[in-house]
Amino acid sequence: MNTKVNIAGVELKNPITVASGTFGSGMEYDEFVDLNILGAVTTKGVANVPWEGNKTPRIAETYGGMLNAIGLQNPGIDTFMERDIPFLKTKDTKIIVNVCGKSVEDYVSVVERLSDCDIDLLEINVSCPNVKEGGIAYGQNPKSLYEITKAIKAKAKQPVIMKLSPNVTDITEMAKAAEAGGTDALSLINTLTGMKIDVKKRTFAIANKTAGLSGPAIKPVAVRMVYQVANAVKLPIIGMGGCMCAEDALEFLMAGATAVAVGTANFNNPYATRDIIKGIEDYMIDNNIQDINELIGCVK
Amino acid sequence: MGKVKISANIVRQENIATDIFSMIIKAKEIADLARPGQFVDLYSSDGSRLLPRPISICGIDKQAGTLRLVYRIAGKGTREFSELTSEHQIDVLGPLGNGFTLSDKKAIIIGGGIGIPPMLQLAKSLDCEKSIVLGYRDEEFLSAEFKKYGTVYMSSDNGAFGVKGTVMDAIKEYGITGDVIYACGPTPMLKAVKDYAEQNNIEAQLSLEERMACGIGACLGCVCSSKDVDDHSKVKNKRVCKDGPVFYAEEVEL
Repeated sequence: MNTKVNIAGVELKNPITVASGTFGSGMEYDEFVDLNILGAVTTKGVANVPWEGNKTPRIAETYGGMLNAIGLQNPGIDTFMERDIPFLKTKDTKIIVNVCGKSVEDYVSVVERLSDCDIDLLEINVSCPNVKEGGIAYGQNPKSLYEITKAIKAKAKQPVIMKLSPNVTDITEMAKAAEAGGTDALSLINTLTGMKIDVKKRTFAIANKTAGLSGPAIKPVAVRMVYQVANAVKLPIIGMGGCMCAEDALEFLMAGATAVAVGTANFNNPYATRDIIKGIEDYMIDNNIQDINELIGCVK
Repeated sequence: MGKVKISANIVRQENIATDIFSMIIKAKEIADLARPGQFVDLYSSDGSRLLPRPISICGIDKQAGTLRLVYRIAGKGTREFSELTSEHQIDVLGPLGNGFTLSDKKAIIIGGGIGIPPMLQLAKSLDCEKSIVLGYRDEEFLSAEFKKYGTVYMSSDNGAFGVKGTVMDAIKEYGITGDVIYACGPTPMLKAVKDYAEQNNIEAQLSLEERMACGIGACLGCVCSSKDVDDHSKVKNKRVCKDGPVFYAEEVEL
């Protein structure tokens, strides 16, 4: 039985990774899940300098989902390279480093710092709804997305994954812009911009007012977008958005994703990734699937 | 060896005051490791409620392998927990957070509202002279159980019992003194305790509350402002769930 998949020339032992920001750099989840079983660890977004993030409350629960507006708090690339990468290098899993920035120069400087680093893939966050500058400004305009993709590709030593926002009219237009800019893969979807009002306090539930909606509430949107993008471009896709169980992961694969990231589910169950990997294997045995690649995009 | 998520049997549960419940769960793996001031995450069995509810540990019985959790109904999740009986199980993750640092210095233990329960295990564990100050809105709970461990002083918002006002009013009214303060309660109370401790040059440990998601320090949802740049975050932020919930007063900005 083969569970290996290939993203832009990088072989993952299985299609399961984690959604950036839900798993830190894996240290906190190492107590619960043997990180060696994961196809890849995708790290929390890292910028050229430390970012403080947003004011609290940063978190609110919604029906079948959650809102977050962390604001990309991160310790900066220096600490990340000294502490987080050496930790991940002790594990037998692929490393996908998520990169954030406020300007093209910020992104490029992080990508350049990582060029000599023994990591496998770069995921570029141009779709965070919770920071004012950068981020989503590049992810909602095809021309800006094309240009930033090109600028990053010109300097990147590792294959590049552009992470797309669902907060657009036509996600295939964005996927095509990233493809034209030379990206090696895509990941989608980032969170949907949402809002919750605390009626007792008559104020916003989240200090940032708007926040990113994730969890099973958004999964049908995510599966639809993965399907549309898979049929619009020739790039491998990491699908994500509310994957809670093996059945959800299989939906993403069948819609056309080559790998699947588990995000909010980690908060509901710290063993979620392990359970999903096991569930996919069980499905393959029960249905006599020899190679997981048979399932990728099998629903046309 | 550390945190675990288990499905725990509920030993018993009772309603001890308006919307306040006391639940005893069998959780040997967690009780073995738990310290005063730590908390657990409780999970809803309803898939529409994804995030665990952080609940402070009110009692640790290592011999029986049980934990006592005293909590207030704050929404649908905690209401669901309040309806569970000894026929049910509940998913629980813990022990979480750092807990209090115990010393033998003369202690002032301060609890406000639903910040009172974790102070009971602390009072039990501290082997020193203790003044216990409990602040309520208008209905008391757990105060009788504290009397075994020290002198109990109370305040209530409406003056129905104890000193009318806040825990700080009670401390001033009774002239309570000590060499270390341990406190848990709403942020305005902690702010007042922090100011008092700084003015009087008393060591103070404060247990903070914040909206949480992962509960283990990964998601950065529940940060508080720190006075200095934190070694983990590299910014002036600390994680309440992992670096706390207990902080020295001088470490944090409230």
